[in-house]
Amino acid sequence: MKAVRRRRMLILAFLFCGGSVTVALAVVALQQYINHFYLPHEILDGTAPIDRQIRAGGMVVHESVVYEAEGLMTTFELSDLKGSTFSVRYEGLLPSLFREGQGAIVIGILNERKTFIANEVLAKHDENYVPPELKDLHEANDP
Amino acid sequence: MIPELGHFAAILGLASAIGIVATGIWGALHTNESWVEMSIRLTKLQFGALAIAFLLLILCFLQDDFSVLYVANNSNTELPWYYKVSGTWGAHEGSFLLWTLVTASWTLAVALRSKNLPLDLHGYVLGTMGILNVAFLLFLLASSNPFERLVPNVPFQGADLNPILQDPGQVIHPPMLYIGYIGFAVAFSFGVAALCTGKLDSAWARWTRSWVNMAWGFLTIGIALGSWWAYYELGWGGWWFWDPVENASFMPWLSGIALIHSLAATEKRGAFKNWTILLALLTFSMCLVGAFLVRSGVLTSVHAFAVDPQRGLFLLGILVAVVGGALYLYFVRASTIQSRIQYWGMSREILILINNALLVVAVITIMLGTLYPLGYEWFTDGEKLSVGGPYFNRIFLPLMIVLAFFLALAPISQWKNTPMLLIKRSSILLAGSAVVALVLPWILWKSLNFGVTCAIALALWIVTTHFKALWRQRKSLTLGYLGMVVAHVGFAIAISGVAVTSAFSHEQAARMQPGESLVLNENTFELVDVGQTQAPNYTADRAHFRINGNRNMFPERRNYPLRQTITTEAAITPGLFRDLYISLGNPIENGSWGVRVQEKPLVRWIWLGAFVMALAAMVACLDKRYKRLAKRDVLKSVAQA
Repeated sequence: MKAVRRRRMLILAFLFCGGSVTVALAVVALQQYINHFYLPHEILDGTAPIDRQIRAGGMVVHESVVYEAEGLMTTFELSDLKGSTFSVRYEGLLPSLFREGQGAIVIGILNERKTFIANEVLAKHDENYVPPELKDLHEANDP
Repeated sequence: MIPELGHFAAILGLASAIGIVATGIWGALHTNESWVEMSIRLTKLQFGALAIAFLLLILCFLQDDFSVLYVANNSNTELPWYYKVSGTWGAHEGSFLLWTLVTASWTLAVALRSKNLPLDLHGYVLGTMGILNVAFLLFLLASSNPFERLVPNVPFQGADLNPILQDPGQVIHPPMLYIGYIGFAVAFSFGVAALCTGKLDSAWARWTRSWVNMAWGFLTIGIALGSWWAYYELGWGGWWFWDPVENASFMPWLSGIALIHSLAATEKRGAFKNWTILLALLTFSMCLVGAFLVRSGVLTSVHAFAVDPQRGLFLLGILVAVVGGALYLYFVRASTIQSRIQYWGMSREILILINNALLVVAVITIMLGTLYPLGYEWFTDGEKLSVGGPYFNRIFLPLMIVLAFFLALAPISQWKNTPMLLIKRSSILLAGSAVVALVLPWILWKSLNFGVTCAIALALWIVTTHFKALWRQRKSLTLGYLGMVVAHVGFAIAISGVAVTSAFSHEQAARMQPGESLVLNENTFELVDVGQTQAPNYTADRAHFRINGNRNMFPERRNYPLRQTITTEAAITPGLFRDLYISLGNPIENGSWGVRVQEKPLVRWIWLGAFVMALAAMVACLDKRYKRLAKRDVLKSVAQA
């Protein structure tokens, strides 16, 4: 009986160690792939890190979307509608629900001149849906 | 009148669910046949009531009864009738009514198909299923009533169904998914019943196995349909995004695989009994976590339903009560169940253990990545972050490669111990597969990639070892064995598809004017012109592409005015070996358009593999062994009594 119990304790200890090592490794791996989210004023005041992959979001400023003469390079501005606005450069197809005056989220890196170089642009997918990151912005604007 | 009748039917469903709980558990406690009989009868009533409620909601949709809030929010007179029907489960309230109906259906199936079960086990299983549906129905009636009236201001027109849901894939995706999720509730109930009765023998495992196989088969189809739908409907050509809601369905799928395998060991060898029960409890718990994540609004996702904090709290309550109750029962009772068996080396038991360990690690890491942003926001008081897809790929893909390696040994392995000679012999097949896997990508896609070579080598090895075993077994082939072989071959098909699509897809985004052409990997895409087209509930820009001068493709960009929504309707030329995929982006200036063209080799193999696996799970349920042994089990339990 003792041997059985000792074996069971060994198995339990083994499982526990294995489990904790797995979780620890996963958390370490996680750190590399986390994208923090920043609002427009954080992009401007230096809270957001430079040259690291981050997410940012805001409302697309009216008449700010400009296409370059050739190719798919697009520039637009995102704002919190409270005076903080930053510009985004993106090369590629904009999502079908991307529109001026609506919320958008961009994923990419911020360069030294505070221009956001996006490699992905996300827009809301129907009129009821607001990205949770932008909910505070939306609620501030809706009377 | 009709909505009120529907509401009443749902309440009747709740009443009968309460009855099932009371009679089932009372009958089990006193091993009283007539109470359990009553419980069985009540499952019919529950099913009937909820089916009527659901049909009445469909009727409200077909009649465009916009006095019902849910119909007004999710339908429209211009919608074709089939999307009116599928609109019934297109949003939170209706889909949850379907969820309760599916629970009632599984309960009915268990009640009718389990005449051979020992009385107390049967009573506990029905009682547990009943408790689950009581919780679900309370939630439905208290916070998500689909029959709620919108009076006195009845709108003339509904707000339309979300356009991305107006699609045949979306019609069947949710029901399949729910059938799968709640199928695991049956395994959960069998687990609870085993803990209550203390009876966990190979007969128990046999009863549970076919239910788990069924549930897992449906879940596989549901997930595959969802992935396929995302591929053609979202317009980006992606088929898996590691989106939190996708992860929520993927976690029970993975632990379902673990459960299927550990159940096999429990049935055949009486091994891992405690572990099997824990898996049965946790798999369904993960389905509930999924339901919570999707319906509470805590997550950002394409799939998440409308946000309402009260609902989230209610669901969290159900989740904590069910999972907490089951785990409490487990820790109190599990020590009474013992398995005492021995095994060595590369025995089948060890392989199943490896399978389970790898899958559990996969589930834990996916759960970590899915819940980490929630936890972070909670602890930092609102700071937001997201976990990128690369995290999941980085951890999940190597795990699957290791899993595939051991999977190839499955048909060679034997219970207790596997002779080393057999394993050595099969390594010749591995060497052959590896050589083919080095040459094949070079011939077909003129490129080499480490991941692809690994995946193809292992896939070929799996196929060869399994077909060899199938050939050896041809005289005494059972459906159970056939199911195992087919499911593993399906897995091989799927990993080949995933690896090749991920590594060898070509993609190019460009600005194009009518008359211009674009060359992508030997295919020429010529934009002929962009016209307009119309349907009752949308208008669309429709581009005409000519591929290599002979084939035509027509991607669209649709505008649904009622919801002010624009969707990208990709044009796809499907093929067993490669898909061509065009999405039409936004108009830019002076008649030019943003366009994205893609070539995706073997992308169909992903879903093909999934359907093969699902089919195999169903085939295995039909094994005659279950019926034959069920009779023997009955005789045995009668003899014992």
